[in-house]
Amino acid sequence: MFETLSENLEGIFDRLTGRGALSEKDVDAALQEVRKALLEADVALPVIKDFIASVKPAAVGANVLKSVKPGQQVIKIVHDQLVSMLGEAAPLSFEAVPPVPVMMVGLQGSGKTTSTAKIALRLKNEKKKVLMASLDTSRPAAMEQLRVLGEQIEVETLPIVDGQRPVSIAQRALDAGRLGGFDVVMLDTAGRTNADEALMAELAEIEKNANPKEVLLVADSLTGQEAVTIAEKFSQRVSLSGIVLTRTEGDGRGGAALSMRHVTGVPIKFLGTGEATDKIEAFDAQRIAGRILGMGDVVGLVEKAAETLDAEKAEKMAARMKKGQFTLEDMAEQLKQMQRMGGMAGVLSMLPGNLLGKKAKQLGNLGMDDKELIRQAAIVSSMTQAEKDNPKLLNASRKKRVAAGSGTQVQDVNKLVKMHRQMADMMKKMGKGGLSGMMGALNGTMGGTMGGNLPADLPSGNQMQDFDQLSKQLGGSSFSDPFAGAGSDPFAGAGKSGFPPKKK
Amino acid sequence: MGIFDRLKSGLSRSSRALGENLGSIINRRRLDKETLQELEELLITSDLGLSASADIIANIAQKKIEGEVSEADVKEMLAAEITEKLAAQSGALNPDMHQPFVILMTGVNGAGKTTTIGKLAHKFQNEGKSVMLAAGDTFRAAAIEQLTIWGERANVPVVTTKQGGDAAGLAFDALQQAKTSATDILMIDTAGRLQSNNDLMAELEKIIRVLRKIDPDVPHASLLILDATTGQNALAQAEIFQKSAETSGIIMTKLDGTARGGVLVAIAERLNLPIHYIGVGETADDLLLFDAAIYARALVGLEDIS
Repeated sequence: MFETLSENLEGIFDRLTGRGALSEKDVDAALQEVRKALLEADVALPVIKDFIASVKPAAVGANVLKSVKPGQQVIKIVHDQLVSMLGEAAPLSFEAVPPVPVMMVGLQGSGKTTSTAKIALRLKNEKKKVLMASLDTSRPAAMEQLRVLGEQIEVETLPIVDGQRPVSIAQRALDAGRLGGFDVVMLDTAGRTNADEALMAELAEIEKNANPKEVLLVADSLTGQEAVTIAEKFSQRVSLSGIVLTRTEGDGRGGAALSMRHVTGVPIKFLGTGEATDKIEAFDAQRIAGRILGMGDVVGLVEKAAETLDAEKAEKMAARMKKGQFTLEDMAEQLKQMQRMGGMAGVLSMLPGNLLGKKAKQLGNLGMDDKELIRQAAIVSSMTQAEKDNPKLLNASRKKRVAAGSGTQVQDVNKLVKMHRQMADMMKKMGKGGLSGMMGALNGTMGGTMGGNLPADLPSGNQMQDFDQLSKQLGGSSFSDPFAGAGSDPFAGAGKSGFPPKKK
Repeated sequence: MGIFDRLKSGLSRSSRALGENLGSIINRRRLDKETLQELEELLITSDLGLSASADIIANIAQKKIEGEVSEADVKEMLAAEITEKLAAQSGALNPDMHQPFVILMTGVNGAGKTTTIGKLAHKFQNEGKSVMLAAGDTFRAAAIEQLTIWGERANVPVVTTKQGGDAAGLAFDALQQAKTSATDILMIDTAGRLQSNNDLMAELEKIIRVLRKIDPDVPHASLLILDATTGQNALAQAEIFQKSAETSGIIMTKLDGTARGGVLVAIAERLNLPIHYIGVGETADDLLLFDAAIYARALVGLEDIS
C-alpha cells in the first residue's frame, strides 16, 4: 500500500552515489522522506519533529561506506535512532510484598481484558499464583468475559458481586489475594471511549487505594495521531510503569508505539500478537522499528514460518530431499505451508522492498492469488497413492481422471507435474546453493507455472548479498541461507537472526 | 438538543484542539507558504493523512488569496474543502427496501460492533420496526452474553449459538427465523478480526455465501465499524473489508473523544463508501446520521451553521 521508505530514499540518493560524506542538504532531503514515512506509519507529528531533530546531527557528515548506497546508510542511522528511542524491553517488576497488584488501564476496545488474561497466563507459566479481577462495571458482560478467560487459562478470577463500586472490588481482590496466598493480583479496569475526567478520577482513586506495583497502559497499535493525547492524559493522572501494545499482528505500521513511548517515557513491555491467550511477546524494538520504516518484518516472516511449519513433517521431508526424493505429496505439503503463512501475498508483504525489487513487488497484484495454490493442492489430492509416489504413471487417461476429480483441466495437471519436476530438480540444487540457489530455481519454476506473467527478475544472488549486508548493519545476521541446516531443520537460520528467540 | 448541538458537544473536544491551534496560527495572517504548511500539519494531526491534507492545502493555495485572512475565514475554507471531499459519501441507510433488511456488522476487534448494534436496534425500534439480532461473534469470551444483554435492554430477540460455534450456520438460522417471523431488520454481529488475517476474512466471505443460499440479495448492507482513534490503517481496513465482506457503508465510533476520525476524508478520497452514522457518546441516542457539512464544520471548530 505504501511506497517503502527505502525506495523513496534511493530515488533521492540515486544522483549522489559515489560521493563521500552526507551533506546537510542531502540529509534534509532524506529526512523529508523520513518524515513522510513516519506520518504514513501514524507516528504523531510532534514526536516526529523531536525524532528528526535527533537524527539530523548523527546523519550530517556521516561517511558513506563504500559497500552501501547512501540511502541505505541513512536508513541505518534512522533505524538505529528509532531503536534507541523505542527503548529496551523491560520485565514486569514484582519487588514488593505479595500479592503484588498490577493495574491495567486503557481506552475502550484497546484490548485490556484480553491482555490481562495473556499476562496472567504468562505469569502462571512462570509459576506465579495469579488472581484476576474485573473492575469494569459499565460494559455489559465485561466481568463475565474475564471469568470465561480465567477458566480457559486456568487462572482464578474474583467472584463477581453485583453492584459493587470499582474501588471496593479492588479492595476485595487484594484481600482475597492476601488470604489466598496469591503472588499477583491483576486489576482490569473499565475503559471509556475517551480519556474523560470521570474515567481518570476513577482510575486515580483505584490507584491510590490499591497502590499497584505496575500500572500498564494498554493501547491499540493501530492508533493514529491521537496516541499522543491518550498517552498524555493517562500519564498525567496515573503513574504508568509500562505499555502493552495490542494488535501488532496486523498490517499496521505501529507508529503509535513511538508516540506513546516518547510521550510517557515508560517502556513498552509487551506486544499483543493475536486474540488467543498465548499471543503475547516481550517487546522487541528492532522489529517495531523495521515495521515503522516500512522495511518489512523479516523476523516476523521467519517466526511465522517456524510457527506454521510442522517440524516433524519438515524433518522427514528434508531427509528425503537430501536423497533427492521429492514426491508430489511433499510438494502439496509445501503449498499448504505457503497458504498457512498467508499465501503468496502474505509472504511477499513481509519482505522488504530491497529484497524483491520493485517489479517483484507487483507480484502480489498479478493474480498470483492463493486460489492457484488451492487448485494445485486439489489436483494432488485427486491422485492415487501410486501416482503421487511416481508421477510418471500419469498417462493421458489418468490425467483426465485427475482433472475431472479436482475440477480442473488436463493442462492444469500437466503444469503441476512440470512444476513438480522442476521443484524436484531445485531441491537437489538446494543443498549446494542455499536460498539464493533456490530463489533462482524458483524463479524459473514459478515463471513457467503462472503462465509467464511473473516478472523475470526475482532477486539474484547479488541482491541477496545486498540484503545480507543491510540486515547485518541492522543488527541481524545473514538471512540468505535460512536452510543452512536443512538436514535437520529447514528453518534453523531463524535462531541465528540476531533477534531474541521467541518465548512460548 | 438538536443534532448539531449533540454532534458539536461530542466533537467539541476534538474541534477545540483544532480550533485552538488554528487560533494560534491564524491571527490575521497572510496565507504564505509557512502558514499553509502549518495548516497542513494541523490536518495531518487530525489523521486526514498526507495525501488528503496536501490536497486540501493545495486547493486553498490555488485560490491565491491576497492580503490577510482571519481565523474564521480559514476555518470556512477548510470546512468547505473537507465537506466537498465527503459530500458524495453522506448517505442514510434505507432499511425499508427489503423485509427482512439484513445488515452484516464487521470490523476489527474493539471497534465497537456490539455496542453499535445495540444503538442501532434501539434506533430502529423507535422508528417502529421489529428487530432481530444474531450473536455471530462466537469467538470472544462473553461476546454472546454482551449482545444478549443489549437484546434484553432493547427487548429484541437474539439468536445465539454456543461459544466456538459456526458463525455462518448461526447467520443462516437467524435469517430463516427472521423470514418466518416477518422481522423488519436482522443485524448479524461478527467476531472482530484484523483485515490481514486471511482465514478470518475468508470466514466473512463464507457467512455471505451461506446467507445467499436463502436469499441471493442479502446482506442488504454490510457495515464496517471504524474506531475514530485509528490512524492510516483504517484505509487498509476499508479496502480489504470491502473486498471480503462486500462492505457497503461505514459507521465511525468513538468520536466523542479527542479523536477526530479525519481518516474518513482519506477513505472518501480513495473508496466509494458512504458513511452512514457516527457514534458520539455512550447512550443509544448518541448515534447520529452522518452529515458531511456538519461533520466538517464541527471538525474545524466552527461555532454555528447557517
